Amino acid sequence: MSKRDRIIYWTGFCVVLALLIAAPLVLPEFWRRFLTEILIWGLLAMSSDILIGYTGMVSFGHSAFFGLGMYGAAAALLLFAPPNLWLAILFGLVGAAGVALFVAYFSTRLRDIYFAITTLIFSQIFYVIIFTWTEVTGGENGLTFRRPALAIPGLFSIPFDSETLHWFVLAVVTASYLILRRIMQSPFGMVLQSIRENEPRTRAIGYPVERYKMMAVMLSGLFAGLSGVLYAIQNRFAAPDFVYFLVSGEAVIFNVMGGIGTLVGPIVGAGFFLLLREAFSRFFTEYYLIPVGIIFIAMVIFMPQGLLGFMRRWLNR
Amino acid sequence: MEFLQTIPWDLILIQTLNGIVTGMILALIASGLTLIFGIMDVVNFAHGELFMLGAYMGVVVLATSGSFWLALVIATLIVALLGAALQVTTLRPLLGRDPLTTILATFGISLVLQNYALWQFGPVARKIQEPFTGQFTLFYLQYPWYRLVIAALSAAIIGGFWLFLKYGTYGIWIRAATQDRVMAQAMGIPVPWVLTAVFAIGSGMAAASGVLFGPLVGVNHAMGLDWVLKAFIVVVVGGMGSLGGSIAASIFISLLEAYAAIWVSPAQAVIVSFVVLILTLLFRPTGLFVPTPK
Repeated sequence: MSKRDRIIYWTGFCVVLALLIAAPLVLPEFWRRFLTEILIWGLLAMSSDILIGYTGMVSFGHSAFFGLGMYGAAAALLLFAPPNLWLAILFGLVGAAGVALFVAYFSTRLRDIYFAITTLIFSQIFYVIIFTWTEVTGGENGLTFRRPALAIPGLFSIPFDSETLHWFVLAVVTASYLILRRIMQSPFGMVLQSIRENEPRTRAIGYPVERYKMMAVMLSGLFAGLSGVLYAIQNRFAAPDFVYFLVSGEAVIFNVMGGIGTLVGPIVGAGFFLLLREAFSRFFTEYYLIPVGIIFIAMVIFMPQGLLGFMRRWLNR
Repeated sequence: MEFLQTIPWDLILIQTLNGIVTGMILALIASGLTLIFGIMDVVNFAHGELFMLGAYMGVVVLATSGSFWLALVIATLIVALLGAALQVTTLRPLLGRDPLTTILATFGISLVLQNYALWQFGPVARKIQEPFTGQFTLFYLQYPWYRLVIAALSAAIIGGFWLFLKYGTYGIWIRAATQDRVMAQAMGIPVPWVLTAVFAIGSGMAAASGVLFGPLVGVNHAMGLDWVLKAFIVVVVGGMGSLGGSIAASIFISLLEAYAAIWVSPAQAVIVSFVVLILTLLFRPTGLFVPTPK
């Protein structure tokens, strides 16, 4: 990246970040919440972009990571009094990592379409377990809990309101973006991209492709779990619906709409999808997926690079 | 021989019968999926929705005409036509692109179709009346003949389809297009239309199984997903793209689930098929019912 490009990139980054920081101060309550939700779903989509956009594996099982992050956070918030934010994050990440290890071990044996189907089936396994294990997970009703306070022990403790929650989510998502961007530019990320471009050749050069793929699934699952934790904290419940396959499907839709292989694209895609849903549900009520689905199909056919696809090379430099 | 007496032999026999019946339905769905995958390289996420729409078309035609068999034929034809239209509008432009994009496109189709069904038919489950209600006695249970007829009909449809693939002109074209698409094109076979026909046939088979299975369960807009998941498991366990493998796997998995349902609830019996899938992936990732690749 030349010096000029780097200046433009970081200026753009700072402008967008400043806008997102200022947004809750001017937006009404509904849109403030909406924006926070976009960021959370964007983080989920961004995590799945590591697989779809960078490693070339389409995962239809991200709801399992998201859901286990959610239930992990729920466990921490219900078991410990007073509820502790950092324990929730820790438990959520541990839950998601456990699932990710399991999924990574089995499904990376398969490629392309087979990988997509097995991840989908694995997420359904966790859905059935969570749905039927009523004593622990609350079954169909899920779990409800209190929101923890934003606290650093010994320093300060303030309860979350919609503004601080937005800033907290924004901080987590921005940090995740910077970390993931750095990882994708590291030698490890380059190997992932070479697996996407040409797997047999990567293997022939001598990289242990399976191990790299497992690491990619683990990494992706960890950040998906983080978004699940954030969603649990925002909404104060965990429900089996969020482990259901439709959530994974939505994560894939966000990616395709926003532009795969860009990391920020999926966040834009999430925003675009949620806005479409908001707009169409005024006319079509709960059947908004009919027009949104048609738009999605049209984008797959006519605009496979997504909304931010035209910036892809530039964003990855 | 205390042990043998504790085994509920009567239940096992009944569940064997049940397992074979659901296995044949599953085989009918899965063979459509296998066909579309093996020939077109398309993983059809919308297959469950075509199954569901077939069942709904059955409900509609049955309500207007009163004949179950007419409903079966017309629903199959309508959904086959719909499948052809979907293939021409959404999958044909994706020819030659990464096969993964077809997953995305068919996933979009499944969302649209599912919500269309919800919009058109509402959330309340509909029922298809069985064409006949005869029963025979099996131990203490009255077992409906209709279930056996379903199994036989599914077997007949799959068998007829196999004969068509083996001897029909169009069937030979389909097999030629599977082996080498470019060469088939060069020999004058209209490959794009063969692909359309394959998708239409697969859709029709899904619709037929929807109508046949309708009387056993309620028809609702979300029924597709359960079945397409099972069909995916079957297709992976049976060996992707192998017709015989997926039929064997359908019956195998349905039998296992039926036996498991003797001891645990049916919702948990689903886990059995997941376990089979995991074991298959661990020890024989190419599929249980195909010859070992060299």
